[in-house]
Amino acid sequence: MGDGMATKREIRMLTGNEAAAQAVRLCRPSVIAAYPITPQSELVEELAKFAAEGLIDAEMVEVEGEHSAMSVLIGASAAGARTFTATSGQGLAYMYEPYFAASTQRLPIVMAIANREMLNPSIVAAGEQDFVTLKDGGWVIIVVENCQELLDSLIMAYRLAEDSEIQLPVNICYDGYYLSHLSDRVEIPTQEDVDVFLSPTQKYERPKVDPDKPLICVSFAPGTLMAEYRYKHCAAHERAKSKIDEIDGELFAHFGRSYGGQIEEYRTEDAEVILVTMGSRSGTAKVVVDRKRDEGLNIGLVKIRSLRPFPHERLIKALEGKKAIGVIDRSVCFGRNCGHLFVDVKASLADVAAPIAMVNFIDGLGGGDITIEHIERAVDITYQAARGEPHKKVTWLALE
Amino acid sequence: MKFQTEYEAAWASVEEIILLKTSDWRYQRPVTKSEKCCQCGSCYLYCPSGSVIEEGNYFTANLDYCKGCGICAKVCPSNAIMMVREKRE
Repeated sequence: MGDGMATKREIRMLTGNEAAAQAVRLCRPSVIAAYPITPQSELVEELAKFAAEGLIDAEMVEVEGEHSAMSVLIGASAAGARTFTATSGQGLAYMYEPYFAASTQRLPIVMAIANREMLNPSIVAAGEQDFVTLKDGGWVIIVVENCQELLDSLIMAYRLAEDSEIQLPVNICYDGYYLSHLSDRVEIPTQEDVDVFLSPTQKYERPKVDPDKPLICVSFAPGTLMAEYRYKHCAAHERAKSKIDEIDGELFAHFGRSYGGQIEEYRTEDAEVILVTMGSRSGTAKVVVDRKRDEGLNIGLVKIRSLRPFPHERLIKALEGKKAIGVIDRSVCFGRNCGHLFVDVKASLADVAAPIAMVNFIDGLGGGDITIEHIERAVDITYQAARGEPHKKVTWLALE
Repeated sequence: MKFQTEYEAAWASVEEIILLKTSDWRYQRPVTKSEKCCQCGSCYLYCPSGSVIEEGNYFTANLDYCKGCGICAKVCPSNAIMMVREKRE
């Protein structure tokens, strides 16, 4: 370990919800407003317990629903508070209106989303349909693979959100049950080390509601100003790309852990075929990549960590010159009849000189397992595409 | 790229809002005959936009905010206020 790197740590078995609660405690938010919903409930319970035990010095606001939770945080964040909330599925849907209000007012709110399917059928299981449906709501959206990455990403989220150059709210998304409820080995950094890591936020500046220096928050504006705000919002997303990579580098310098920033590349250098994944299924897909490598196939994996801003430039760099790309989705883009990630990846690859064969796989809906066997079939189909053989563009791995 | 504000989102200084004139769609304006005004303050009380100001010994409207609704002229007991059609500049 290098100089200045954290040496003290606590290692525990934690569920994703518990790991997220530990991260929130270490970031010292001053206002938390959250409404419990499966599979996120345990996170809210843990935070309430921390508050009762005096382990966090945050105002815990009991709200009557998610719309109120986000509205409370909009007010608190506008007044300069560090804020946190968490939700899932239908709770996120109920938050739709203030979700946009938070991002378009450029408030650095951090929200964890334990991914859950949208109705119907009535189901509380994992699925990405909730947050991918809101990917164009102006927030930064980071998707994590395991409980350690969840804890670290929440700490990184405050650095990104509050940066004077960024001023954007950040979602940290983790698969319901697969991460929220299953236990994983997690290193919990010390409070002192996290304080040092977050210390740059003390000098960050942003407009705040302050009686001594009155400002109008959510001012009425003519259409020309609206265009200006949207342009600046997009520019902030553009700046966030390199900032996500930078903060990941700083995490490595402080704690010895790195996730690659906007994307993680796994055995991609000499690969001809690449799988593109997001979230906890990336772990299973890495196992498949290792197995196929042992069989002699030149295959690699790209894990999308930052769904918004979309890592266009880094993705092109990682995928250019490959023979075929297989994108594994855990959501359905109705009307386009494929997955959401596939649409985004395909849009980016339109900018490469030589066309790359692209295939899509939909799996794991309603909490279904995205198994090694499923992903091996996905690899076979992607290789058919690589060889130019007839193949299906979109394969529903649980159905066919 | 030309920007109108230093802010990234819908924030504004209080001064900017005070400077914002909200009366540009008025088609008629109140004109007070100061010698007829008995300073009863009815126009001040009834004005729905709070645009009436006291000018020494009579009341008149702040034309930056007055929308020209004519309620002041209607309620004036001394008929001191006349509504006059605005002319396009």
